Amino acid sequence: MSQARSSRNTRTVRDVVFVDGVRTPFGRAGEKGIYAGTRADDLVVKCIRELMRRNPSLPADRVDEVAIAATTQTGDQGLTIGRTAALLAGLPRTVPGFAVDRMCAGAMTAVTTTASGIAFGAYDVVIAGGVEHMGNHPMGEGGDPNPRFMSERLVDPAALNMGNTAENLHDRFPAITKDRTDAYAVASQDKLAAAYGKGQIQPDLAPVATMKPGQGWTVNTVDEPPRPGTSLEDLAALRTPFRPHGRVTAGNAAGLNDGATAALLASADAAAELGLPVKMRLVSYAFAGVEPEVMGIGPVPATEKALRNAGLGIGDIGLFEINEAFAVQVLSFLDHFGISDDDPRVNRYGGAIAVGHPLASSGVRLMNQLARQFEEDPSVRYGMTTMCIGLGMGATVIWENPRHSEYAGYSGAVFPGDNSAAETATTEPATTETEGAAA
Amino acid sequence: MSAADFRKLADLFPDETVTHSYVQDIQLPAAGGKNSGGKPSAGTFALITLDNGLDHSKPTTLGPNTLVELGTVLEGLKDRAARGEIVGVGVTGKPYFLVAGADLSAVKSLNNRDHGLWMAQLGHDVYATLANLGVPSFAFINGVALGGGLEIALQSTYRTVSTGAGALALPEAFIGLVPGWGGVYILPRLIGPENAVKVMIENPLSNNRTLTGPQAFGLGMADAMFEPADFVEQSLAWAAGVISGDAAPERPNAVDPSDPAVAGRWAGAIAAGRAFVESKTSNASPAPAKVLDIMEANRTMSQEDSAALECETLAGLMQTDEFRSTVYAFLDLVQKRTKRPAGAPDRKLARPVTKVGVVGAGLMAGQLALLFARQLKVPVVMTDIDQARVDKGVGYVHAEVDKLLAKKRISPDAANRTRALVTGSVSKEAFADADFVIEAVFEELNVKKQVFAEVEAIVSPECILATNTSSLSVTAMAADLVHPERLVGFHFFNPVAVMPLLEIVRAPKTDDAVLATAFELAKGLKKSAVLVKDAAAFVVNRLLLRLMGEVTAAFDEGTPAEVADNALRPMGLPMTPFTLGAMVGLPVAQHVQESLHAAFGDRFTVSQNLQKLIDNGVKSLWAPEKGPDGKPFIPAETLALLSFGTSPSTGGEVLRRTQDALAEEIGLMLDEGVVAGPEDIDLCMILGAGWPMFLGGITPYLDRVGASERVNGKRFLAPGVASAAVAA
Repeated sequence: MSQARSSRNTRTVRDVVFVDGVRTPFGRAGEKGIYAGTRADDLVVKCIRELMRRNPSLPADRVDEVAIAATTQTGDQGLTIGRTAALLAGLPRTVPGFAVDRMCAGAMTAVTTTASGIAFGAYDVVIAGGVEHMGNHPMGEGGDPNPRFMSERLVDPAALNMGNTAENLHDRFPAITKDRTDAYAVASQDKLAAAYGKGQIQPDLAPVATMKPGQGWTVNTVDEPPRPGTSLEDLAALRTPFRPHGRVTAGNAAGLNDGATAALLASADAAAELGLPVKMRLVSYAFAGVEPEVMGIGPVPATEKALRNAGLGIGDIGLFEINEAFAVQVLSFLDHFGISDDDPRVNRYGGAIAVGHPLASSGVRLMNQLARQFEEDPSVRYGMTTMCIGLGMGATVIWENPRHSEYAGYSGAVFPGDNSAAETATTEPATTETEGAAA
Repeated sequence: MSAADFRKLADLFPDETVTHSYVQDIQLPAAGGKNSGGKPSAGTFALITLDNGLDHSKPTTLGPNTLVELGTVLEGLKDRAARGEIVGVGVTGKPYFLVAGADLSAVKSLNNRDHGLWMAQLGHDVYATLANLGVPSFAFINGVALGGGLEIALQSTYRTVSTGAGALALPEAFIGLVPGWGGVYILPRLIGPENAVKVMIENPLSNNRTLTGPQAFGLGMADAMFEPADFVEQSLAWAAGVISGDAAPERPNAVDPSDPAVAGRWAGAIAAGRAFVESKTSNASPAPAKVLDIMEANRTMSQEDSAALECETLAGLMQTDEFRSTVYAFLDLVQKRTKRPAGAPDRKLARPVTKVGVVGAGLMAGQLALLFARQLKVPVVMTDIDQARVDKGVGYVHAEVDKLLAKKRISPDAANRTRALVTGSVSKEAFADADFVIEAVFEELNVKKQVFAEVEAIVSPECILATNTSSLSVTAMAADLVHPERLVGFHFFNPVAVMPLLEIVRAPKTDDAVLATAFELAKGLKKSAVLVKDAAAFVVNRLLLRLMGEVTAAFDEGTPAEVADNALRPMGLPMTPFTLGAMVGLPVAQHVQESLHAAFGDRFTVSQNLQKLIDNGVKSLWAPEKGPDGKPFIPAETLALLSFGTSPSTGGEVLRRTQDALAEEIGLMLDEGVVAGPEDIDLCMILGAGWPMFLGGITPYLDRVGASERVNGKRFLAPGVASAAVAA
């Protein structure tokens, strides 16, 4: 890598690929949860080490950056967690790291920020991920909202409570009823249970050993939050904690969870050089702001912007991984784009309502699942990961499936799990959709 | 038998801090691991965690109740294995510990030989269950694993070890026992007889050295090694691989004792071990030889027969006072008493020390400057009467720093920092802002008084003055000071960087703040401090000189040199008296002896023969090299200088005479209030003179051989402290 790639004469935008991603099993926050007594930074460390173990052809000193997101950056999530986690994971001290915060889209922002650095030529290989131990760090802990939010009516104080914003979304879209959100939630549980049954979730989980007083060591290999077999009747019986006779319940929303994720990204060139697999190619991304009071609608403008950047239409997207902070938020997105509630392109493995949503970690979970669905379904060319963000934002990343017949870039020496002969790696820079759109 | 049959033993220890055996069922990943998708689990693995529920400052140990619980848990797992419910069993520990070994306090209190035998048999009963579960057993050595703790691992079918694990050892030979819960049988077979002798003999008898995880792995004590960050996860994944047949550990150091070549190696290792024990202990403690006896015998034994021999040997050794004295010395003194020095004032009274002055730039001054700079990391200024001496002194420190750097004991940055901290001056004005000034000038009262008078004229009224005198009166040194309350004795031992003892000498006027600061400084210097009263030569030198005086007197009276100098072999001291005298330097020894004679009279005899050697520049009685017969000899020209009496003693007589002299001297020291109690005498001799723990320092030995009763009419320590609770 001696060749300069950022000088004035040779500036090029480089293709960025998603090499691999893992996560810890997610836990329920609180004293009874599997990660009570476990540190958040240790959860990140398990992910980084698992990534390095799964990709032995990557020399650790070739990692150029470790970006880890956390919403609450104090205590075991403080001290610039990207750097501390890199040190604790045993990466060389030459590997730098930093911390990211964009609330729920933390890990997604870690990915897009470092991916931009790869495209720009600042990095070859990065680790990007996120963590939230909501047991150790209850939502909003230590927050100190500026009184101007209220005095100048900048943001309705109620909008700082995500459950309230979900109720607000029901107000805005009366067509989204509690019956629809409950049905969507039941389907999410069912789809996750089915995915577990088919072994589609387990391969990307890093086992986490934990020790609790009076119990000894155990190893956690599956998610704790799912409630398979949940019925509409079960959900109907739940309280609506945000409003009397409201619509949002613990059953049609993601819970409070602990967990961490991490992904390995690389330039297509570096992936080819190092013999790393390519699970997805980054096509475009976008973030957008909306009224904080209805933050759940954020994915709509973010998606429109990302599609525009990519020169694609919504019809080009064959798979959606949308974070299920609230069922109403997912349905508002689907309604906007004219997609049915049970469209098979959407959240094939279920979503956060079932598996959990440790805030800043979730973005990479969406990517892991999209990558596996790409592997299972080479007929799909483009997929999308999208999520809503507190204080009124949305984030969307569009990815291309390297197994699709029209894919032109480097696709990895061997697809993981494939027994087919190694494909010849191409080191020619591919023309990206991004560049096409910008031209 | 089952573990429950030992309930009668466990019931003797109602207050035991029990290390519990918690079991968690874990579904092992299916063969093929991560890409196995939804394939069913490879089976249920029962993982035992040994945990006493306390933090890392309270190690997990194996007492009778702990073993009964572990045995009962293992028996339950054996039943489950028989029912096909589990495919493997693992044992690991709470963070930083697998298990720190047998509960020595409990074992020491087993005064009935039968109870000791039960304890030995209980361990074997439990470990035999572990070794014969019907499914493979795995030890995940996550941290400290000593003695019976490491034997849990050795008795398991497979072992993993953490790269972060510290302190893996079979220290029984040091403690006064044998690795008799199977270690002495399994280890030589697993890692070869030579390595086994290294682990069971050489390391314990070399300041109780232990192994790190990587060292143990290198010897073949573990089958796989993983990093601490995900040690349990990776150990489990490895175990799953072994159970499924995907991974089979190689054991390149393992031997078959029935192989004739191995038999030869075995005998060679035993012989080397015996020579090592002789050189280190003079066979003064029974345990090390017993380790080798069992290992020698069990080469051709079944494990069961070896176990019976191990139990009998353990039961016997548990009733020895060498074992009890070692536990007293190791646990009660070195581990506990050093943390709370008797008589130390409240540490809140201590004042900060941000700069240190050293008067003098000689060898001792240089050692002190280096120690203060390295450990306290504060500026240290050395002074002497001319620039050449100052430069030489500072140059010595800088050269020592360079040596540490070359040996990679310190980093280049630390070397730069330490060098920069140590400066020199020909003017004591450099002490103006020092908080602590220690003198290391010529051992002459008037010289020291002069030095302190000069220093006192410069430093602040709170600045502490310290003397490293070994034999002068601190009280006399303080007599003419404006602030006599600021003077304290700070007596280090040579070599200063190595010897762990510091005698802190309180003169009558030394105040509590000064004393508290001295103790905090000792802690900062990583020394173990013992408070002593200002009495000639304090503790260690007084007893060493009394001992050397007795042996020298016997020699002068006509006892042959080899008889006199070897008379104390049964005590297993680190070196003979004449060798010690030569090492200290005959003139130094004579100088201190004269001070002691002046202070205490004829109990400390000043040898005219010794003076003749000094006058003629002879540095050692023994010739520097051995004679043609391989034995030490006295050169003829040395012999010609000496004159002898006509009343030679036997070795036994010299030994008894020395025992009695030590008992007398210690009795007087305790009467004088030199230290708080016999425990402090013992601590001083262990840490300052390297006297063996199987002597308990010294007073348990003197009680054991009857010298205390003979001379003082009473024991130093009550029965049970470092000996059997009830006289046998």
